[in-house]
Amino acid sequence: MLSVKDLKASVEETAILKGINLEVKAGEVHAIMGPNGSGKSTLASVLAGREEYDVTGGSATFDGEDLLEMSPEDRARKGMFMAFQYPVEIPGVNTTNFLRTSLNEVRKFNGLEPLNGADFLKLMKEKMNVIEIDKSLTTRSVNEGFSGGEKKKSEIFQMAILEPKLAILDETDSGLDIDALRIVAEGVNRLKSSDNATVIITHYQRLLDYIVPDFVHIIYDGRIVKSGGKDLALTLEEKGYDWIKEEFGEMTEA
Amino acid sequence: MSDELEILKEVTDQDYKYGFVTDIESDVAPKGLTEDTVRLISKKKNEPKWLLDWRLKAFRHWETLNQAPQWAHVKYPEINFQDIIYYAAPKKKPELESLDEVDPELLKMYDKLGISLEEQKKLSGVAVDVVLDSVSVKTTFTKKLKELGIIFCSFSEAVQEYPELVKQYLGTVVPYTDNFYATLNSAVFSDGSFCYIPKGVRCPMELSTYFRINEANTGQFERTLLIADEDAYVSYLEGCTAPIRDENQLHAAVVELVAHKGAVIKYSTVQNWYPGNKDGVGGIYNFVTKRGICKGDHSKISWTQVETGSAITWKYPSVILKGDYSVGEFYSVAVTNNHQQADTGTKMLHIGKNTMSTIISKGISGGFSNNSYRGLVRIGKNAHNARNFSQCDSLLLGDRCGAHTFPYIETSNKTAVVEHEATTSKVGEDQIFYCNQRGLDTEQAIGMIVNGYCKEVMKQLPMEFAVEAQKLLSISLEGSVG
Repeated sequence: MLSVKDLKASVEETAILKGINLEVKAGEVHAIMGPNGSGKSTLASVLAGREEYDVTGGSATFDGEDLLEMSPEDRARKGMFMAFQYPVEIPGVNTTNFLRTSLNEVRKFNGLEPLNGADFLKLMKEKMNVIEIDKSLTTRSVNEGFSGGEKKKSEIFQMAILEPKLAILDETDSGLDIDALRIVAEGVNRLKSSDNATVIITHYQRLLDYIVPDFVHIIYDGRIVKSGGKDLALTLEEKGYDWIKEEFGEMTEA
Repeated sequence: MSDELEILKEVTDQDYKYGFVTDIESDVAPKGLTEDTVRLISKKKNEPKWLLDWRLKAFRHWETLNQAPQWAHVKYPEINFQDIIYYAAPKKKPELESLDEVDPELLKMYDKLGISLEEQKKLSGVAVDVVLDSVSVKTTFTKKLKELGIIFCSFSEAVQEYPELVKQYLGTVVPYTDNFYATLNSAVFSDGSFCYIPKGVRCPMELSTYFRINEANTGQFERTLLIADEDAYVSYLEGCTAPIRDENQLHAAVVELVAHKGAVIKYSTVQNWYPGNKDGVGGIYNFVTKRGICKGDHSKISWTQVETGSAITWKYPSVILKGDYSVGEFYSVAVTNNHQQADTGTKMLHIGKNTMSTIISKGISGGFSNNSYRGLVRIGKNAHNARNFSQCDSLLLGDRCGAHTFPYIETSNKTAVVEHEATTSKVGEDQIFYCNQRGLDTEQAIGMIVNGYCKEVMKQLPMEFAVEAQKLLSISLEGSVG
């Protein structure tokens, strides 16, 4: 589904990604872990198409198509979803309207009829059974005045509505208390199927107690330096990132 | 059936109602403004002597004014007022055979606004075979109003049919000496709307110039007079969201509102005149004087405006709060893009006791445009316990545009409470990217963000107007960033 080869990217001339390789297939859950500043979130942003990042080398395909050539909205319409680390507030824009516009854009792109108001509300109600979310959030402005936990829940709720093929969760666990973490994780688990894939970007192991990954990758200084099964996350939790820095620090300095 | 035919005839033969005997096409006054021009206009309109005298007084006063006001934050070449034609009989619009002959840019805009094909034809002057839809609307509309004693007609018609009412109120809110453009308008005004709501009558529908299709061609110097008698209520819609192409570059309209004791007037405007092209060539200069007076106690006047058109907008819908406990409101969205300039705001003049005013202004600038809020809140010495709340927000799109705020506050009464809040913000790339990531393209994203930003004002608009105004906002800002 997603195939990233030797991807390099920089911001204002500073190289951040220095050759990322990643293969994600349908039905898989990948966790990407790494210390602060290692390039985790940059990878998510580059995949979603954020303009501030210059791709300086390598390739990325999504369902066989050149991802890097697509506009961010087309990536979204083709089924890529990113749950933001810091969801943005849009004052005055009603969450329900925003979501309906969003879903209908995706549907339109894929040759489907737009959902009318009634059908959409039905769908929302259905999805509220999947993600525990306070109904009042959907009547408020997008993310405006939401608590950290509410913002993250709202992101996962949007994901439930849009049913993406590939979901990238960018540090979705940061700033969540244990209850919110559970709700978010349960939501992600319920949305999992053999047709879609999830990439979880996280600093800590704790989210992986709830969402069990098939693969764990450790990113350090712009490269994936180690890949393995879910045990790798536990090793990391036990030994901390210093272990990675010691083992790979020298190599990347050189 | 015969009724229907008659109305159909009235609608289709509308040029005749102006009553010209000479060849319509050639009925144009020579360029320039002299006393003769004023006399000619008055004569053509078959006006009573008092009105001619009033026009002449205005003209003589205008002659003593040396130049147009210079204080607004707008730039434009000096207007040669002797190079303008002040009277031209309503020209028959060239009738087009089909929509294929209409400017495709205009049609694109109509489509985006979701205007029906029939209406597109009507707006762009294509011959419409069946106007029955609007005719039936017009019939039920006129009949209902008549039953209630509501007068709603063109200004010229009011001068003929209700001269006493016109004489009683004309110039009482905006005197002919008010300002350069108001004076000019008083001397040469062409036509406009007149509306009177009798005592205790609640007008059951939105009064809209849009329904008065025969008034589409009111010209450069429009004059509107609206009176709500005691305890009356009226909601009035001016303009329409469809783009209007007009060859007249200078527009100087005057609107006067009078609210008697307990009366409520809600006046909504959507202005979408030609803003000029991307490089700032052409476009309408829109210099408007709009003012209402809350004459009686417990009366209320509420202005709502969505201004997206014109190359220059110079407009300050104001309220004189004379009656005790009267209320004045001003809700405004002003959008400028490309090289447009807007200097707009309001004046709230508190005279009566316990008067209250609210000002919510949202300026949005994109491209190379300049957008200014200019407002005055004046509390008179007898206006005990007067209150004002003002909020002036500016939103910038891109970094080549300008937003300015000129708030003036004058209070002569210690019991007054005046609050002013102002913010300036930019549409963030983060917001746009967030929308992109949810499948919205950048223009949709900006439209959505801007509409959210203006929500407080938009919700003041009558429902069907609001929907179109929302689309209009998005369209006006196309290509405003990057």
